[in-house]
Amino acid sequence: MYEFKFHRPATVRQAANLLAKNEDAKLVAGGHTLIPVMKQRLASPPHLVDLSKVENLSGIEMKGRALSIGAMTTHADVAGSPIVGEAIPALAYLAGVIGDPAVRHRGTIGGSLANNDPTADYPAACLALGATIVTNKRRLKAEEFFAGLFTTALESDEIITRVTFPLPKKAAYVKFRNQASRYALVGVFVARRPSDVGVAVTGAGADGVFRVTAFEEALKKRFASKALEGLSVPADGLNADIHGSAEYRAHLIGVLAARAVDAANGK
Amino acid sequence: MAKISLIVNGNPVTGNVDPRTLLVQFLRENLGLTGTHVGCDTSQCGACVVHVDGKAVKSCTTLAVMVDGQNITTIEGLAAGDTLHPMQEAFREHHGLQCGYCTPGMIMTAVDLVRRKGHDLDHHTIREELEGNLCRCTGYHNIVESIAAGAKAMAKSA
Ligand SMILES: Cc1cc2nc3c(=O)[nH]c(=O)nc-3n(C[C@H](O)[C@H](O)[C@H](O)COP(=O)(O)OP(=O)(O)OC[C@H]3O[C@@H](n4cnc5c(N)ncnc54)[C@H](O)[C@@H]3O)c2cc1C
Ligand code: FES
Ligand code: FES
Repeated sequence: MYEFKFHRPATVRQAANLLAKNEDAKLVAGGHTLIPVMKQRLASPPHLVDLSKVENLSGIEMKGRALSIGAMTTHADVAGSPIVGEAIPALAYLAGVIGDPAVRHRGTIGGSLANNDPTADYPAACLALGATIVTNKRRLKAEEFFAGLFTTALESDEIITRVTFPLPKKAAYVKFRNQASRYALVGVFVARRPSDVGVAVTGAGADGVFRVTAFEEALKKRFASKALEGLSVPADGLNADIHGSAEYRAHLIGVLAARAVDAANGK
Repeated sequence: MAKISLIVNGNPVTGNVDPRTLLVQFLRENLGLTGTHVGCDTSQCGACVVHVDGKAVKSCTTLAVMVDGQNITTIEGLAAGDTLHPMQEAFREHHGLQCGYCTPGMIMTAVDLVRRKGHDLDHHTIREELEGNLCRCTGYHNIVESIAAGAKAMAKSA
């Protein structure tokens, strides 16, 4: 790891000022992506701005018909939250299958979204549920937030403060784990929303998380796994590596989407 | 350099550290608490698990400066004098270790698991919860037996 200066601001404004003032400064939340990357010297920020003492960044609450989760809320807190369990049980489930218990004690939703790892779990939930990512500057729809591999719409001095999820009627997440890393080889989040259906896929896309509109259209007509029969996702544009070919991933998307619809329907 | 002060195994500790110092380095090299091990240094194996404010955390993936002001428990902090913690005793009794390299992390993870899921743990739950702890020796069976027994023993000693 290369040398850096460590900062511990108390407010979002102070943190944003530190980012604006110090070129190439980076935020650190749980550190469970950034520290491994810094150890490998793949990142060498000269300044680290720690969010752990910044006020009002963690916590879970209902705001009207939407669930609001602070950026610094850990995966363990989302997984164990009775509020999330009641509002969107699929989201609590998803948080509970990220990494392992120790990772879930440190990793945060804000860090996971800002990182936009193509195999991370939360991006699929945000896209399928139509979440809004709230920053110190603006509100971004999930659609506009994710911008390709490890890339988001965030500016260099922009800080995610919270994420809001409109409540779906039904939702489920099914994750097929990579046997070694336990990240998603493919993960499919399905949400039946009041006037829409969201089907989002992580782990498979060469450009990161994406929606499967053909599945969504079919499920809008009939929200049942049978509606997906005969439909498939083209292997073009999917990842291929030693863990699985693009064709295998395409096949998994269909299988997992059907399972997710069944799970959402309580089957 | 950055000044930090924390509580380690009940004792207040201060240090002046390079911000790059990992929590595990601080524990082992500055404080001489070498019970916490580094197996992989890539966040996979769990040999480095300690408790931060009571929760299991991988200390190879945490900077010492990030836990400034917090309460750390390492494997050295579990026993009461010469009396082993019930989870340590269970690992000895049930042959839950061979080389012992993974053991401190296994035990710290197990104690955290009992805090979260109680004293009556089935084998399936224990195996799921050991997702982030690797052992190259035992084949896990006796680790699972040890944790199930240790969890029960902790109920009696509490
Ligand atoms: C062993 C292991 C297994 C894992 N398995 C999984 C898995 O199965 N699924 C999965 O989804 N993830 C997995 N992860 C990743 C984990 O969820 C990370 O915690 C997460 O991706 C990053 O969150 P963090 O809080 O640790 O962020 P950090 O590492 O602190 O930061 C990550 C990036 O986000 C930026 N950032 C952080 N917070 C903010 C904010 N509020 N606003 C703007 N930018 C911000 C940082 O500058 C940095 O660039 C795993 C990690 C490990 C170590
Ligand atoms: S040494 Fe920390 S997880 Fe392996
Ligand atoms: S006992 Fe040797 S690694 Fe577990």
